Amino acid sequence: MLQNKRRYFLQFASLTLAALFLSLTIAIAAADTQSGEVLFQNQCAVCHGNEGAGGVGVPLNLHDFLSTTSNRYLHQTIKMGRPGRIMPAFHTLSETQIQSIIQYIRSWRPAVVIPEYSLDLIRGDAEKGQAVYDSTCANCHREKGIGGKGTGVTFSRPRDAELIAPAIGNPAFLAAASDQMIKHIIMTGRESTPMDSAMAMGLKEEDVDNVVTYLRSLAETDAQQQIKHSHRDDAVLVFESSYSIEETIENMKRASLGHNFRYVREQTLNHGFVEKEQESKDEYLIYFCNFNFLNRALLVDPRIGMFLPFRATIVKKEDTILVMTVNPDYLCSLFNNDELKQDCDYMSERYEAMLEESTF
Amino acid sequence: MKMKNVFYRLLLNSFVVVFMLSPLTLQAEHQQIIMGRSSEAFPETMSILQEEIKKAGYTISIVQRVDIGLTGMGFKTDKYRVVFFGKSEEIEQLPKKYPELTPYLPLAISIFAEEEETILTAMSPGFIEYSYVKNPDSSDAELHAIFQRWQKDIESIIKNVEHLE
Repeated sequence: MLQNKRRYFLQFASLTLAALFLSLTIAIAAADTQSGEVLFQNQCAVCHGNEGAGGVGVPLNLHDFLSTTSNRYLHQTIKMGRPGRIMPAFHTLSETQIQSIIQYIRSWRPAVVIPEYSLDLIRGDAEKGQAVYDSTCANCHREKGIGGKGTGVTFSRPRDAELIAPAIGNPAFLAAASDQMIKHIIMTGRESTPMDSAMAMGLKEEDVDNVVTYLRSLAETDAQQQIKHSHRDDAVLVFESSYSIEETIENMKRASLGHNFRYVREQTLNHGFVEKEQESKDEYLIYFCNFNFLNRALLVDPRIGMFLPFRATIVKKEDTILVMTVNPDYLCSLFNNDELKQDCDYMSERYEAMLEESTF
Repeated sequence: MKMKNVFYRLLLNSFVVVFMLSPLTLQAEHQQIIMGRSSEAFPETMSILQEEIKKAGYTISIVQRVDIGLTGMGFKTDKYRVVFFGKSEEIEQLPKKYPELTPYLPLAISIFAEEEETILTAMSPGFIEYSYVKNPDSSDAELHAIFQRWQKDIESIIKNVEHLE
């Protein structure tokens, strides 16, 4: 009797597990075979636009882009992203899903012949290549191929450069692009961008080989630079004030002026949530703005408005007055953008200085 | 002996299930920036966003008009606003219990025009929580539940705006 019970229990448990296993397998298979279009809309469109016209991310549907980039390049780019250049790495996408996305991207220009490049390395003179690079390419791609400033193309605010020059010295770019692909693009240029052909730039094939060799050499040196991506671990900057709330607010206003911030307004934390007479006088928000800086930062990455302009929070906790703000250095790691990192460092320094000045 | 076999078999099956679940867990990993794109223009999207925030049970405290400030200072910009929202009881209680959470209150979604379309972005509450969880003294089931709910709510709000156009 007891043995029968055990057997039934075992059968029941095994059947339940088998059913669970089957449904999971089906779910995983379904996720894997989602159409490229659905995957693109879910994963890529928010930055690259619904039809790949670009936005926060670069445009993908240009004829010249699709006719010069290999599927290997697209695949590696999706998988590895661009460290320090906004484009994140999509580690969770399966190989099948990445292939589906590439097929979908290719469907925008079905007439384009997909290029395939040999993986043979080009062996030129890196030193000579650097000289050519510095005089001809660095104007747009900047020193060591760190890439042009800003994000993609079409955030509708006026932009100095309509299309940013890619970070061709970025280690992930160099891992995705073969020497032959880079050479081909330099030789032919890209019509829909400011990138001229080698001939138009006055370069011979030997010069191009040297430039490619120089760029390839950057992949090795760049590994050391990755160390600089560290950011402080605290999400909040906190200072204890030796003044009353009212005095601390006045101190903050004075300190902000000294750091070129304009006082915008102050309000209680629960303003807008309760009737005016019920607002708590123990928590305040003060808004400041340096409009020059705000404008510059939004041009680098419009998403940074999530934590700008500067907002200080003053909280009374028992007998202590705490003055706090978000830590831009911590939040900056959200954006995978080296250029923004400089702005975040600047913000963190200013915020800390203002908090310190208003509390001691 | 037989009972032991049953136990081991169940244990083995459980490992198989956990192993099979792991890819799904990975896929459900939170995005650090929650983003959405609406193919509607800015005013329509702003209106839908505010409705969705209210439907999710939140109160909108203020809409910060970043673009107005910038244009007032002579900069050219398209529409850019930040919508702040929260639940009054949380705004009341959380700063007392977790003062260091206050700089992230009220919650916010920024919304900006991109030509004829509109982009929505918000910081992932999961990302903010990471900073707290790293300190074992501050790990707290109640706080974790709050972060998880915020994460789920903000994701749903932005998803709904994308789809309810």
